[in-house]
Order: sequence, then structure tokens, then C-alpha cells
Amino acid sequence: MAGVTLLAQSSRGPHQVHTQTYWLLGVVLGLLVVAYVAGRLLKRYPDHSLNPALIERFNHRIRVWWLMCAILVAAFLLGRVPTIILFGCLSFWALREFITMTPTRRGDHRALFWIFFVFTPAQYILVALGRGTYEALFGVPHRDFYGLYSVAIPVYALLFIPMRTAMAGDPRRFLERSAKIQSGLFICVYCLSFAAALLNLELTTSGGALWGDRHSHVQNAGLLFYFILIVQLGDMFQQVWSRLAGRRVIAPRINASRTWEGLLGGVTSTTLIGALLWWATPFQFWQAACMAMVVAVAGFGGGMVMSAIKRDRGVEDYGTLVQGHPGVLDRIDSLCFAAPLFYHLTRYFFSQVY
Amino acid sequence: MAITGPLLATIAKFVSGASVRWIDCQPDTCQRVYFANHTSHLDALVLWSCLPKEIRVRTRAVAARDYWEKGPIRRHMARSFNVLLIDRKEIKVHRSPVQMMLQEIGERDSLIVFPEGSRNTQEELGEFKSGLYYMGKKRPDLELVPVYMENLNRVLPRGEVLPVPLLSCITIGPPIWLEVGEPKNDFLNRARDAVRRLRDL
Repeated sequence: MAGVTLLAQSSRGPHQVHTQTYWLLGVVLGLLVVAYVAGRLLKRYPDHSLNPALIERFNHRIRVWWLMCAILVAAFLLGRVPTIILFGCLSFWALREFITMTPTRRGDHRALFWIFFVFTPAQYILVALGRGTYEALFGVPHRDFYGLYSVAIPVYALLFIPMRTAMAGDPRRFLERSAKIQSGLFICVYCLSFAAALLNLELTTSGGALWGDRHSHVQNAGLLFYFILIVQLGDMFQQVWSRLAGRRVIAPRINASRTWEGLLGGVTSTTLIGALLWWATPFQFWQAACMAMVVAVAGFGGGMVMSAIKRDRGVEDYGTLVQGHPGVLDRIDSLCFAAPLFYHLTRYFFSQVY
Repeated sequence: MAITGPLLATIAKFVSGASVRWIDCQPDTCQRVYFANHTSHLDALVLWSCLPKEIRVRTRAVAARDYWEKGPIRRHMARSFNVLLIDRKEIKVHRSPVQMMLQEIGERDSLIVFPEGSRNTQEELGEFKSGLYYMGKKRPDLELVPVYMENLNRVLPRGEVLPVPLLSCITIGPPIWLEVGEPKNDFLNRARDAVRRLRDL
């Protein structure tokens, strides 16, 4: 453990940090290639002890991961603002699926227009303005518009939505309708925007030493990639453990496939993998373990909440109205719930806060 | 027109997020009359956009002249997706809408019609107007294909100008024909049921 700590603490210049980020990308791509080949081989030479439907699901998941990986890497290479725009588009799409599933009435139309075309873009524009614009406007360096984008939706949008709905003049189920629109905006846009906001932090190690190059977004993109990876692994491990060892279902009427064993095994495995990837982050070994654990638990919470909403609406997936395709929201529910936690932990313990 | 048609189709598909289901019916370029429920101004445009390209170029939506000829933008859009405009106000004696439609499509094109007449704000489907019956009577060879369009009334409800990009779903069902000697009301009820049944599938 002492050796591990020493290695993590040894001074890391910007170039070394960037190299570590590329290593992380390399490792993930390598694993994806292995998984892809394995999936293909299993399909071609079926092992009769394995369920072919399971292999098909595995191959499908690998395809989705390839797509996610490709989009993320492309955005990272293009820069900070394109990555934030990418997350904005993800939010927009997820919100679309959320509101489609939620019954709204005629009177909500204008409020819906506002959340899609004003609040969602505004949130991501505030994130995208970043430190440079803040300094140019107010002459204070090192800060971004955190003070505004962290309250824009939970305060101003959440006040605006019921006001606009009330003006439309339909009192039926007023509180319920407002709450639905508010939660959609909050989960799909506000929470997810904190993943993009990771790109604005000046990362340090817990000792306070600057980590990477503060004028570059590469190390932040690396941390964002690490975060998404941990969330996805958390999802996968919980499913695998539930399947292998699941006995006690947590809430059968919410989600019949989520078990206590799956949660425990999933969180433990994710913690372990997250810790083993500590070298690609500003965290030490034990810190990376804690972060991964928090992310896995929060991701689990997100999955449960979204399942509950789906069961209430009587649908399987958010993807389309009738067909059973998993949609964007099914893929990013855990990401939405884990992003604010990961952001704030990183902000307060691993970045310069002014 | 050559450029704005496909562009319009792409935009309409994006805004309405439409997924299309063909149930017991395959896309085909044979002459058809697609009849659908009507809840939004977007209906005609979205249904037309969701048809495969080869079919789309041979399909014309029937729409009200008073709406689509108001202002240069609407007029241009109507021309781009090749709308067949019908005068709702002045119906001349020897040129009934049904005659005009059949004359326009000739032996080649298909039609998109909304037999409820105007946009419906109720949950339940409205009564069908008799045009569909006369069409079936004059041209028994036309396939009458029911279509159910879901959620478009939420994308652009009656009386609103700005659309909200929710996801919608279009279900296209098995064709029906007018039976020999079938009374008008029986046929119209059967057609209405054919559309209603698609909602629950």
C-alpha cells in the first residue's frame, strides 16, 4: 500500500498526465476489442451451456459501447466545447424520451417549449462559457459560471414551470403535472450537465498539487471518461452478479432483476476496478476506490428511480412509444444520478476552489 | 422543390421523432388511399415524410386550401411536399372533392386523407365523413389503408404554433375494401374501427 501511495503521489507533469489519459483510452479500447472478438466467436461457435439470447444481448451491449466510445473520443479530440455540446444533445434526447412517457395536457405545451428550447440550451451554454469567458467578463480568473448553472434549473426553472402552466389556465392535476415536467428537466438536463461541467475544473491531487495542464482539457476529458467507464461497469457488474448469485430481489414490483446480491457484488467489483485504474486519475488508490463506490451506489439509485417511473407508466423501455428498444434514457439513467456526486466530490477535494 | 422536399421530410421526421410500424401491410407503390386520424397540422406532413422515398414521390396528401395557402412559407411547404389542396368553403357542383382527388391521382399516385374532416381534440376518433365511401365506390381497385398516428397532438396541438419535439408513433394497418352492396354507414364505421384497432396494437 505504501508503494502504491508513493507511486500515485510522485510528481506528475502535464505531459505524463496526458499520457496516462491516452493509456486509459488505450486500455478501454483494447478491452472492447477483446470483448468484441469473444462475442463474435461465441456467436460463430456456440457453446451449448450458454443461452444464445444471452450472447446476443452481450454482443448488442458491446456494439453500444463501441458507439459510446467512438462518440466520446471524437468529442474529446475536437475539444471542450464540442464535448459539452454532445452532452447537451444527450440531455435533449433523454428529456424528449422522458416527457413522451409522461402524460401531459394541452396546458403544458408552452412550458414544455420553454424547457426544451430555453432551459436546456441555457444550462449547457452556461457550462460551455467556462473559465475564459468568466475572466473576460468579471476579471476574476479560475472561476466559471458555477454559481449560476448550479441554481439556474433547481431554482429559476422550477419556479418558472408552474407559473407558465398556471398561465395556461388548466387547473386539473396541476401539482402533478408541474412535478413531472420539473423532474424531467432536473434529471435529464441539470444532473447530466454536471458530467460536462467536470471539464471546467482545475484538477489537483488531494495534496493540492496541480494535476495536468490547466490550459488544456485533456486531463479533464480523461477523468470524465473514467467516470463514464465506472458508471457503465457498475451497471454491467450489477446485472452480472444478479444473474449469477441473485436471490433476494430488492423491490419486485419496481424491478425484478435487481437483487441485494447484485448490488453488493456489483458495487464491490466496481470499487475494485475503479481503484485499479487510479493511475489515470488525480486520486490515490484508496480515493479512487471510494469514488468508484460512491458512483456505483448512485448509479444503482438512478436505475431504481427510472425503473419505478417506467413501471408506473407501464412501459419496458424509454426508447420508443411501443417498440421495446432501449432508448438513450435507459442507458444514461445511472449517469444522471451519479454525475452531481462525482462532480462535487471532485470539486471540493481534487480541484482548486476559489 | 427538389431540395426542400427531402429536407422537409428529414426535419419532420426529426421533430416528430416518429417510429413507423407496418402491421399486416407492406410498403408498396400500388395505388392506395391512406386514411388516418387527424389531431395536428403536422399529420399530413409527418405521415408523408415517414413513407419510404419511392412511395413518397407517388403519394399526395389531401389538405385544406384555406390553411396551406396562407402566407408564403406554408404555400412553399405545400408545394414542396406536393399537397393536393381542396377548397373546403366553395364546393362547385360538377367538381366534388372526391372527383377532383381521383382525377388528380390518375392511375399512378396514392393519397393521404383524413376522413374526420378537421382536427379532433377529443380522445375518441370523430365520425368519418363520407368521402372515403365514394372513393371506394368509384375506384374499387384502390387499397384503403388505415393509419393511426399517436402523440402528434402533443407535438403540435390545435391552436399552437411552436412544436415540442416529443416522440410519436405511426401505425399502418392491413388494407380494407368496400364490399359489394355494403351500406355507407356500415362501411364508414368499419373504416373507423380499423383505425381505432391500430391504437391498441
